Parts: sequence; structure tokens; C-alpha cells
Amino acid sequence: MKSLLATLALTTALTIPGLAMARPVTLTTTLNAYGGDGAYLALYVTDAAGAYKGTLWMAGGKSKYYSHLSDWSRGSAGDFSEISGITGASVGAGRSLKITLDLADALFDAGYELHIDAAVEDMRDSPSEVVAPLTSGGAGQAISGRRYIQSFTYDM
Amino acid sequence: MLRHLHKFPGLLAVLLVSALALSGSVLSLLPALDRAGAVAASGAQISVADLAGRIAVDYPGVEQIRRTASGKVIAFYFENGRPAAVVVDPVSGQPLSEYAPSGFERWVTNLHRSLFLGDGGRIVAGGGALAMLVLALSGLQMTARRMGGWRHLFDRARGTGAQRLHVQFGRLAFAGLVLSSVTALYMSLATFELIPDGMSKPLAPPTEVNGGKPLPVDQIAALQGIDLDQLRELTFPYEGDATDVYAIKAATGEGVIDQATGRMLAWQDHGIARQVHELIYMLHTGQGLWWLGLMLGLSALSVPVMGATGAVVWWTRRRARPGIAGNCAAQAADTVILVGSEGGSTWGFARTLHEALTAAGHKVHTAPMDSLLTSYSAAERMFLLTATYGDGAAPATAGSFLKRLEAVRTSPAFPVAILGFGDRQFPKFCQFTQDVEEALAGKGWASLMPLETIDRQSAQEFARWGEALSRAMGEDLALVHTAVRPQSHTLTLISRSDYGSEVQAPTSVFRFAVPESSLAARLMGRAWPRFAAGDLVGILPPDSILPRYYSLASSTRDGFIEICVRKHPGGLCSSHLHGLQPGDTIEAFVKANPGFRPARGSRPVVLIGAGTGVGPLAGFIRANSAGRPMHLYFGGRNPFSDFLYRREIDGWLKDRRLTSLTTAFSRVKGGTYVQDRLRKDADHLRAMIADGAQIMVCGGREMAAGVMGALAEVLAPAGLTPIALKAQGRYVEDVY
Ligand SMILES: Cc1cc2nc3c(=O)[nH]c(=O)nc-3n(C[C@H](O)[C@H](O)[C@H](O)COP(=O)(O)OP(=O)(O)OC[C@H]3O[C@@H](n4cnc5c(N)ncnc54)[C@H](O)[C@@H]3O)c2cc1C
Ligand SMILES: Cc1cc2nc3c(=O)[nH]c(=O)nc-3n(C[C@H](O)[C@H](O)[C@H](O)COP(=O)(O)O)c2cc1C
Repeated sequence: MKSLLATLALTTALTIPGLAMARPVTLTTTLNAYGGDGAYLALYVTDAAGAYKGTLWMAGGKSKYYSHLSDWSRGSAGDFSEISGITGASVGAGRSLKITLDLADALFDAGYELHIDAAVEDMRDSPSEVVAPLTSGGAGQAISGRRYIQSFTYDM
Repeated sequence: MLRHLHKFPGLLAVLLVSALALSGSVLSLLPALDRAGAVAASGAQISVADLAGRIAVDYPGVEQIRRTASGKVIAFYFENGRPAAVVVDPVSGQPLSEYAPSGFERWVTNLHRSLFLGDGGRIVAGGGALAMLVLALSGLQMTARRMGGWRHLFDRARGTGAQRLHVQFGRLAFAGLVLSSVTALYMSLATFELIPDGMSKPLAPPTEVNGGKPLPVDQIAALQGIDLDQLRELTFPYEGDATDVYAIKAATGEGVIDQATGRMLAWQDHGIARQVHELIYMLHTGQGLWWLGLMLGLSALSVPVMGATGAVVWWTRRRARPGIAGNCAAQAADTVILVGSEGGSTWGFARTLHEALTAAGHKVHTAPMDSLLTSYSAAERMFLLTATYGDGAAPATAGSFLKRLEAVRTSPAFPVAILGFGDRQFPKFCQFTQDVEEALAGKGWASLMPLETIDRQSAQEFARWGEALSRAMGEDLALVHTAVRPQSHTLTLISRSDYGSEVQAPTSVFRFAVPESSLAARLMGRAWPRFAAGDLVGILPPDSILPRYYSLASSTRDGFIEICVRKHPGGLCSSHLHGLQPGDTIEAFVKANPGFRPARGSRPVVLIGAGTGVGPLAGFIRANSAGRPMHLYFGGRNPFSDFLYRREIDGWLKDRRLTSLTTAFSRVKGGTYVQDRLRKDADHLRAMIADGAQIMVCGGREMAAGVMGALAEVLAPAGLTPIALKAQGRYVEDVY
């Protein structure tokens, strides 16, 4: 069980630490035993029109591999400065990634979606492997990914 | 310096480098296996569009097509909501097998590049590559120096078994190891983004996507224009997303393609950094160059061997260089011993001398020759004990001796004795010792006693030099040098034949039974070993710990141990042997002498021996059942007294094991020596030499010197010298 508590002092507009209009949300991503090296995962948010809004977490330290997270890198236009301070280690097969951060209330029930792009060395890239609409009702409900992600849940 | 540069990374990193090398060897097989499993595109020109179209028929859910460096084509597709992958025939697009990346390969790869330790492990592995590079470069330079210069780099390797193996494997593997380690270093640096690998940033999302009805993939014009062998990866647009695009990665660049118009929307050529990276990746992994991969893998296999032999060389040298107990300060000593050594054995002799002199009440200072001082205030005598290396060059601890000697302005008042350690198999026997002697004579240094040479660390010769030294100093010094002696065995005499007593040269041929060994002894490596004529048997006379060596005149195959011994007046061992009767026993062991063997092949062999020197030569002839041309020159005193092996030689001439016999007897009317016979036979000898003949000489020093002089005259008209033949291993001596 890999548990990461993000004590975030983020500049990202999505996370507003310590403010009343935000609430702590725990994101749990569990990988299946796909039989490969550790996965790079990008967790990011798009708006109702599908436009990239910002990154919540990047699992995987070497920026040269970020191009394999192709939806994320298209959306973020490869702007690595945006993820400084919200980067952790890649996640091994069968392991879980758990992060807690303060998300703005405005993100919920307004058409925003949380995406996870996944990439594993020498294996098929998997952009937007998980697309989870952010709704109050969706909290606590597991969504399965297509390839590497067994389940994803967010809890408030 | 060079040695330290080699030794420290070697000792520190031997396990790491071996692990990297072995895992690398395993990985090196993969490109070849992959290639063997790939179906060739049979030269047909196929476009990416053609192939993609064929695959799409069988796999409508295809998402990505990849082509590996070895030409394997893999299609990733979606079926019933589950991802799957299949290897397809590059021509027909037909499925060949399911694609399952190997867990073993991944495991070995991770071991190889990070020792399963993540980034920390990658740094360690990069350090291992650096160590390998330093070891290879310093090792090559040391080898060149050892062999006597770059010209001699590929000459026959010399030294102990471990040293030879180390040099031989090192020379073979050098190129592969340098290529592997340089490319590994590059890849390490690229991994940590210290040098650019040219991986492009993702292309900006295309703005002007047509959004119309998608074309079937085989009608996409941009893909029709790309040859299959250029393909790296083709990613299909999401099904049902009209704004998505095809993404193509090719050998030369990458781009995105509009699925409705089939046009390339954006294209980006690979920069030079990317091309360099791909080239280096290929050179390191062999992916796309399977034969190179196999060669690198083979080179890497030598690394553990070199690690083991290197450690053995280091350990032997360390053990051989003893701590000198009771070493006096340089300015307080009345006796100074300076040592020139590379393998360390000369240090052992120096210690024996040091101890004997100390026991006799002297204050002795022993140091490397390279630490020669400009004056020794209390010294009364100096000893220089030095080996010779390379092609007659200085050994490791005497490299700067001659230069330091220049700096000594005033010749000392004390006399110097020089003792050379060398090996007669080398063309320039004890050459460095002679250079040192000349340099000292040139500066007018006094000499305590004439220069002596010790062949192959002979403790006997050293003891004899000790006797001469005792006389020169007027003191009684016993120089008993005992190198590590192998386990001895008890040999029982079977028979003896006696010669030569009529001419004051009592000489006997002794035949001993080969000792039986228990299975346990054999398993422990304690048994009497296999032996061949020309090897030496060391015999321990009663009341002496100094073994005497005798050249073997028989081989394992003969089923007996035969030696030929001349009785020395007052000689401890030879007298003891001459007193033996069948059934009596002695203590003995075998010392291999691989330098003194007939070369393989069927070229003629010229055997030259006098007195007991004929022993090993008789052994070579006895073993010559193949009947290759063998010509024996034998020297003795009188044919009716010390013509050793006379009856056997007659038989060998009859059954063609011996081609010709030429004898020289000195104590008859008109007496002659073998060297006279050689001069007479000059034409015949030159013809044989031109035919590639090998010359083998065995016997006393005087005879050997006479033979070499005669052969120098014989060979001169052909523009050859014995020295030149020695360098090719075609003139070998066993001299005592
Ligand atoms: C590599 C090698 C191979 C040999 N092969 C043979 C062989 O096949 N047959 C054989 O008979 N001998 C051979 N010898 C010589 C042999 O090892 C002994 O040196 C010899 O038998 C004398 O030993 P010892 O114990 O009888 O004499 P020691 O008791 O050791 O010496 C008695 C006296 O003889 C002198 N002396 C000893 N050896 C020599 C010598 N070689 N030349 C001049 N003076 C000497 C000593 O200085 C001493 O004064 C070989 C030597 C070596 C190093
Ligand atoms: C690579 C190599 C080169 C050698 N070259 C010579 C040489 O040119 N002349 C010589 O007389 N001995 C030569 N020798 C033999 C050594 O000098 C001899 O074995 C000596 O006893 C080694 O002493 P050490 O162990 O103290 O270094 C050479 C040995 C080796 C291994």
C-alpha cells in the first residue's frame, strides 16, 4: 500500500489549501498485476468542454518519459513547471497510489472530469485510461481502468 | 600509478562489474533470438498504410502498431473491453503468435541497469561502467608495457597461468568492453538527463483537424508514403473521436496525420541528438544489430574470468611480497638491498638475503630500486636484485631507477653486487640487469662480485650465488630460499641404467613408478599430476629443504617417471640419487614447464643436447609416434661410455620416430662438440629453419652458450638470429 499525503501548498488554481470553499479529497488508484515495470501516472482535470485545466499529481520522476502520457502532455503542452512539487515515484504493478489534497468545491457537479494517463516502459501507452466525472454522488464509487488501473476512487 | 588505477577499481568493483557483465551477456542474446523469431519482410516494399490496412481487417479494434528493431511487428488492440497484443506477419498482417513481454527479460534488464535499486542502483551501475572503462584502458596499457611495447601487444602471453589467462581474455575482449562501457556511460548520463537524448517534446495539438468522415487506414496518403521498415510506432485515433489524429513515429521523425484527409498535419524531424542516442542505444543493446550484440555479450562473458584471474594475480603478488622484518633505516644500514620486481617473487629472494645478512650481524635496509637515494652514509655494500620485464625492460619497482641513478653525482665508496632474475625463454634474458650493470660501470661504481643471473626463480642458482657471496664477503651465509613448495609424493625406483663412469661423468637414467593416488587425493587435487617430457620434477634430498630440479624424460602416457642425472662431486642430491637401488624411495613433486615443449604441428624439430640434456629430448622422441621429422644432435665424451639412450635411439631411428642422429664426442681422437657439428651441418639446418623448424636446446649453461653462438653463425646468411627465433617461440632452451 503506497500512501502519499499531499500536504500541498500548490499554486494550481484547482487546489485551495485551507480555504472554506475547498474540501479534502482522497484519490486512490490501484494498479493491477500487468507484469511490467512501475507505471507513470498523470492525474489531471478537464472542464466541461474537455479542455485541460490543471494537474493534480504526477507519479514518475523522469520528465523524458512524460511524452508517453500523451493526453496529459498535449493538454499541458509539456509545461513541466506546473508539476513541480506534486511529483512522486512511479507506481509498481499491483500497488496503490493514495493522495489527499484540498480540491475547490467549484470543481464538483460542474462537468469537470478527472483523467488518469498511464504509461509503462515497453508497454502500450494508455492515455485517459480513467475518466471520472467529478460529482458529489460519484464519491466512493470505484471506476476501473482499461489496462493498468484496476480501480480508481475519490473520497470526500 | 597505472597499476593502482587498475587494481583499485578492479578489486572494489569486481562483483558489480561481473554482475553487470553477466546480465548484459544474457540480454545480448535477445536481439538474436528476437530476430530468429521475426518473419523477414522478404524484401517486398510495403507501406505502413498497406500493413495497417491488413491488420485492421483482422483486428478492427487495433490501437497501435509497433515495429521492433529486429523487424517484429506487434499490433495492440482492444477486444471485448480488454487490451491484447499479437505479433503479426509484416507482409500479410496475419497473426503469428500472442505477444507477451517476457518477465525474465524485464527482470534481467532491471538487474542490469539498476540492480533493482531504482535511481540509486542506476548511479551504481553507471559507476560500474566507468570502472569497466578505466579497467579496460589501464589494462591495455599495462599489457603493452608488460609485453615490451605496443608492437608486441599480440605476442604470446607470458607469466603464470592466471596472468596469461588475464592477458589473453583481456586482449580479446578489450574492444567489446570499451564499446559496452562507453555506450553504457552515455546511456546513464542520458537517463539522468545530463546529456540530451533528443527525445522530442510532444507535438502541439493540431488545430486544423478536418473532423470529417475518417478514411480507411489503408487509404491514408501520408501512411502510404512511409515504408514499413521506417516504422517505429503508429497510434490510431480514438474510435469515434473525429477530432483525434494518427500519431506516427518513424526512423527519421514523428508526426500527426488527419484521419479524414490523410494529410500529415505536423511533422518533426529527429534532431542529431536523437540520432546519436538511437545509434548508441543500438550499439549498446545490439537491438537492430544482433551480431554485434552477440559479440558484446561474448566479450562481457570474459569479465568474471578476468575478475577471478585478476584477483589471483593480485593475491599471489601480495603474498609474494613479504613484509621485511627488521628493516633498518637507509642512512643507518651497512648493507643496502634494492629490489626490482613486478610479480613479487624477487622480493622473496631479497628477504632471504636480508635475513641471512641480518643473522650475520649486519644492519640491512631493503627497498624498491625506485627509491634509490643519492647517498647512503653508513653503507658498506649494496645489492641490486632485479627482474626483467617487457622486451628487456625494467620491472614495476625499477622503472625510474636509471633516471635516479643519473642524479647520483658522486660514486659511492662501497661496492655493488648485481643479481638478475629472468627467464631464458625470453630473447632478452636479464637484459635490464645488464643495462643496470653497464650504467653503474659507466659511472665508475665498484663491483663486489660479477653479475649473476637466476633463471626462473631457481632457488638452487640462488644458493650457489650465496656461496660465491660468502667467499666474496669472507663470511658464512646460507641462502636457503624456499618458495611455496607443492605437496611432495614418495617415488619408488624401478630401474636404473648407468653410464659415463669411465670418463669421469657418472650419469644414470633413473626410472620411478608413477605413484598411485586415492580417489580422495585426486578429488582434492593432491594427486601426482599429469606430466610431459620437458616438465621438471623437484626432488628433496634428505637433510635439505631446497629441492633440486631434474628435467623429465617421460610423459604420463609412458607410465613411468624417468630422469637423467649426472653425479656432481660432493653433490647432495645427485649423490643421493646415485646411491639408490631399485625399491628405494625419494620425495618428489612435479613443476610444469610448458615453455619447453615441441610446438604443435608437423614442422621439423631440431633437438640439441649434451650429457643429461638429452633426457627430455629422448622423451620428445619417444612420444613422436606420428613420425614428424625430428633431428637429434647429441654431445658426450665417449661413445662407449656416456652415450646415453644409445640402444633406444637405435630403435627410434628404425621405427622413424627419430629422423636423423648426429653425435659429437669430445674425449676421443679428433674430439668434437655439438656446436662443431651444427656449423658443419649449416646448409641442412638453414633449410630446415626455412621450412619452419623449431630448435630445442637442453643441457648445461656452457653448452647452451656454445650452441647459441654456433647457430648465430649458421643463421646469419639467412638474415636470422637465435634471438629472433626465440621471440617466435622457435628457439627454446632448458638450461641449468
Ligand atoms: C631447470 C633445471 C633442470 C635441471 N635438469 C637436470 C637434469 O635433467 N639432470 C641433471 O643431472 N641435473 C639437472 N639439473 C641440475 C640439478 O638440479 C642439480 O643442480 C644437480 O643435480 C646438483 O645438485 P646436488 O644436490 O647434487 O648438488 P649440491 O649439493 O646442490 O651442490 C654441490 C656443488 O655443486 C655445485 N653445483 C650444483 N649444481 C651445479 C650446476 N648446475 N652447475 C655447476 N655447479 C653446480 C654447487 O655450487 C656446489 O658447489 C637441473 C637444474 C635445473 C635448475
Ligand atoms: C610478461 C613478462 C615479460 C618478461 N620479460 C622478460 C625478459 O625480457 N627477459 C627476462 O630475462 N625475463 C623476463 N621475464 C621473466 C621475469 O623477469 C622472471 O620471471 C622474474 O623472476 C620475475 O620476478 P618478479 O616476480 O620479482 O617480477 C618476463 C616475465 C613476464 C611475465
